[in-house]
Amino acid sequence: MKSTSLHASHVAAGARIVDFAGWQMPIQYKGILDEHNAVRTGAGMFDISHMGEFFVEGPNAAAALDRLLTNNVGKLAIGEGQYSLMLNDKGGVIDDLIIYRTDENKFLLVVNASKIDEDRDWVVTHLAEGLYFEDASALYAGLAVQGPNSPQIFTKIFSTELPARNQLAVIEFNGVQGFVARTGYTGEDGYELFVPNEAAPALWDALVAAGTTPCGLGARDTLRLEMCYPLNGNDLSPDHTPLEAGLGFFVDLTKGDFIGKPILAAQKEAGVSRRLSAIRVEEKSPPLRPHYPVVIDGNPVSETTSGALSPSLQYGIAMAYLPVEYSKPGQAVEVEVRGKRYRAVVCKKPFYAKPKN
Amino acid sequence: MSIPADLKYAESHEWIRVQDNIGTVGITDHAQAELSDIVFVEAPAIGKKVSAKGNVAVVESVKAASDIYSPVSGEVIEANPLLESNSALLNTDPYGDGWIYKIKIENADELQQLKDAAGYKAQIGE
Repeated sequence: MKSTSLHASHVAAGARIVDFAGWQMPIQYKGILDEHNAVRTGAGMFDISHMGEFFVEGPNAAAALDRLLTNNVGKLAIGEGQYSLMLNDKGGVIDDLIIYRTDENKFLLVVNASKIDEDRDWVVTHLAEGLYFEDASALYAGLAVQGPNSPQIFTKIFSTELPARNQLAVIEFNGVQGFVARTGYTGEDGYELFVPNEAAPALWDALVAAGTTPCGLGARDTLRLEMCYPLNGNDLSPDHTPLEAGLGFFVDLTKGDFIGKPILAAQKEAGVSRRLSAIRVEEKSPPLRPHYPVVIDGNPVSETTSGALSPSLQYGIAMAYLPVEYSKPGQAVEVEVRGKRYRAVVCKKPFYAKPKN
Repeated sequence: MSIPADLKYAESHEWIRVQDNIGTVGITDHAQAELSDIVFVEAPAIGKKVSAKGNVAVVESVKAASDIYSPVSGEVIEANPLLESNSALLNTDPYGDGWIYKIKIENADELQQLKDAAGYKAQIGE
């Protein structure tokens, strides 16, 4: 079992540690609800050191990566990032990731912890020759700082300016260089800090001192699900295409060939037969969880891929791949929990919208 | 962690308070702290017959669903109505308003199989 360079910081902060994708990670500290609310109203931080960092560099690196990814790498300016998907040749999702252009011919890919080995093998096998590939996952720690107060926390610690949304900048902390990216997985303003492992514990301490609440994987999951951000392994899989997952915005069918493109082009032409849909319960229910049956007109038609009791909204929420004819907002469904069916409805994504001031 | 001396404890972290032949059952302070943020309790149906160590209820925290096992055999005669609207009572008052159900005890001898406060304290390593 692997642990991150922040393991001792987690334990000292009272974390409850669980096994996640072969890593010992904090699921919570004081409690998931408090941590969730800290991110919605203040600032929270998540250890994302288990995530993978790949560097790809060389002549025409953008064109080479464009053959491996669904979004348009070539459109990225230096310092910009984008959400993208890596597909198998059936158009199914191997992983979702964020790619940043750190220089004209140099890119950073941040990938899911559970997929590092599979992603590395896939990239190395399919990347054009003559490019340099480095898996730097073991060298970098990551901290996602999220919430409306996160920008002011940044200015307390760093002298550089916080980059604009989806942009990346170089930072320096205690004389060591790293990156900051204005991205996140919570629906709140925030950023992700990547620094060499040895710098991470002091950065953690500085963030705590600046008023950031340590948050575990539990809150990370409820926050992302309220926003309908998919989790690979739950909502994304090699058996579903990004079009079925509702991620067409991150698929550029107008660019050149990429792995999976023919399948997606045909699917777009014909229309998808199932769609990842947002479902909310309309009566008091247990928290929804993955793999609960979804029932329409008395017949089980699907199962939930993710589920929770939304801390912000106080009702059960879930996602499920539904036959497209049943996937429109307003469609009545039921979700079955331990043999009992609860009234629910397909609704618009995301579940949670920030209250307007 | 609070472990009241007048209760009996099951290894699976339930407590039972016995008065005449009726047991009141809940989960321990230690259990609620481990589960944290309890958001739903699926109470047993009145009249349900349960056996000792059998599934009787489900307690759900934000992160997981946990089965509750009956410390003794018998018939469920009451479920705590307060939990329907306020399952967090299991966190805030586990030995008081956070009780889960009452059971008509079938065989009082089974109570001898349960731990006293000192035995439960030793089990959880306090």
